[in-house]
Amino acid sequence: MKVNRMASGAVSPQTAGTAPPPPTRPGDERLAQISPMTRVLRRPEIGAALAAIVIAIFFWTQSALFLKLDGISNWTDVASTIGIPAVLVALLMIGGEFDLSAGVMTGSAGLMMGILGTELHWNIWIAIVATLAAATAVGFVNGYMVMRTKLPSFIVTLATFFILQGVNLGVTKAITSEVSVSGIDNAGGYDSAYKIFGGSFWEPHDFRVTLIWWVAVTAVGTWVLARTRVGNWIFGVGGDANAARNVGVPVTQVKVGLFMATSFFCALTGIMIALRLASTQAGQGVGDEFQFIIAAVVGGCVLTGGFGSAIGASLGALIIGMAFIGIQFAGWNTDWRFLFLGVILLAAVLVNNYIRKRAEGVRK
Amino acid sequence: MTAVESVDPVVESNGAPLLEARNISKYFGNVIAIKDISVQVSANEVTCVLGDNGAGKSTFIKILSGVHQHDEGEYLIDGEETRFSSPREAKERGIATVFQDLATVPLMSIWRNFFLGSEPTKGKGPLRRVDVKFAQETMVEQLARMGIDIRDPDQPVGTLSGGERQAVAIARAVYFGAKVLILDEPTSALGVKQSGVVLRYVAQARDRGLGVIFITHNPNHAYPVGDRFVVLNRGRLMGNWKKGEISRDDLIKMMSGGAELDALTHELERVLDVPSEDLPAPGAVETDTPTPPPAG
Repeated sequence: MKVNRMASGAVSPQTAGTAPPPPTRPGDERLAQISPMTRVLRRPEIGAALAAIVIAIFFWTQSALFLKLDGISNWTDVASTIGIPAVLVALLMIGGEFDLSAGVMTGSAGLMMGILGTELHWNIWIAIVATLAAATAVGFVNGYMVMRTKLPSFIVTLATFFILQGVNLGVTKAITSEVSVSGIDNAGGYDSAYKIFGGSFWEPHDFRVTLIWWVAVTAVGTWVLARTRVGNWIFGVGGDANAARNVGVPVTQVKVGLFMATSFFCALTGIMIALRLASTQAGQGVGDEFQFIIAAVVGGCVLTGGFGSAIGASLGALIIGMAFIGIQFAGWNTDWRFLFLGVILLAAVLVNNYIRKRAEGVRK
Repeated sequence: MTAVESVDPVVESNGAPLLEARNISKYFGNVIAIKDISVQVSANEVTCVLGDNGAGKSTFIKILSGVHQHDEGEYLIDGEETRFSSPREAKERGIATVFQDLATVPLMSIWRNFFLGSEPTKGKGPLRRVDVKFAQETMVEQLARMGIDIRDPDQPVGTLSGGERQAVAIARAVYFGAKVLILDEPTSALGVKQSGVVLRYVAQARDRGLGVIFITHNPNHAYPVGDRFVVLNRGRLMGNWKKGEISRDDLIKMMSGGAELDALTHELERVLDVPSEDLPAPGAVETDTPTPPPAG
């Protein structure tokens, strides 16, 4: 009979006072020793963390400003408005679904809040609450349609994407006779809302408050995934929805909830951008959904669901932010940034794939 | 010897079987899926439900596990007539089903899988969180009872072998208080050695006081662990025997209509009749189980 150290509830007497327990127990020679390295490599975000360091050093060699506080405030700003939605897109992706309407939703939210504030003269705070409620409702419709029809979320949210894009242009033109909403700063309550959602801190470097929001969303997202029941359910429904359902996980509620949360935080990001600029374009946000997805995938999320992390998505967003600003700082043509993004995405997927195979062993 | 913990056997409250089906029938439109099936499941017993593809095994266990509802007959739990509207309800009454390929989530760690849907928590309000340490230690302990030594609870389930994955699902059902464990073809996707390992877990679950329903189309897997054999064919009950009332050869003939299956008969003797610690047997042939030819 072999004695299991953990099973006995405490360290067995003969090993308690002496050396740490031997790395291999005589019980089962087939199990290879798990090295600390394997443990680290098993983390989804490890590839993105290494890439972020390499890219930071690379742009620093191109422009010393890149790693000075004034430079950092620049690229963390770009990263934060990609990172907040990217964390939610990552949670959704871990849950096994996509939301292609995530990008255009940031535009819709800014426009809705702007029109409510400037044309209907609502207090901006009430406009914000109404906008967030509307966005959450769109998320619910997305999720409900996906779960009800069992169609791929890719198709359902692609439809939402185009519907929202059309509404954004059509409604904005019909109401303002332009393709933008401006003068949001004239709405009541703008100053206080600006301070919380659009302002900056730490003079004279001007870090944006969106950075604080981003860090907070990442922290909460990580907590939810790693330490709450809902987090376990998200991994479960993404990894194998049937298996999760069989053990009693409310699969539909989890997925619909994820769609709603994604739309909510995308709208919040759109509100932050619109408040900061005091105006917003009808085409705002179109195409951004791919940046969110890239950030999530670079951060180690698996496209088929069940694997990934919130902090990884944030590291992915950080990489995108560094690339966009770094290319400017280096004095290159900014047109190159999309090529850079594509290369990063491809490299990240290949590296993550390799690392995961190594970490999980040969069998699958 | 196999390590078996001394767990209080499930006490049968009123002498009735844990689970009983009486003349259960199920129709899908005008198709008779199963007709007049009667089975009794008692604690400390393995009831094998045998039958070839299309015999009605899946329909029958889906009724027992709450996925489908029967159209005729009676379904009794502890002697009390019952009708489950969902698998969840069946689970709450202690009827746990382990589906062949749908038991675990490969990319999730073993402890997350073990507690998926029933996570232990600590703390209150927004700080209410999964008790990771408790979950990991419990999982390691429960699997150790089944003879599986898990060193790293964070290991993804996908890195375990097929037999070990079934064991995780079985251990989970036992831990969460199942009285009746329904195993849907747990060995059909496994090789000879792995099948033997799973059959050992089946025997262990039985020895811990559960009533086990073991669905299989392989009589050589059923015979060594079964206490009672129920053979279905084309939706009808062909017979119901206790061990000793029917020989292995007769069971095979019953299922297959006397087709030549001699090649199969020794397969499990090789796997199961050796001391369990020595598995796999040195001379065991590493080929996949040939499945019996269709009956009808």
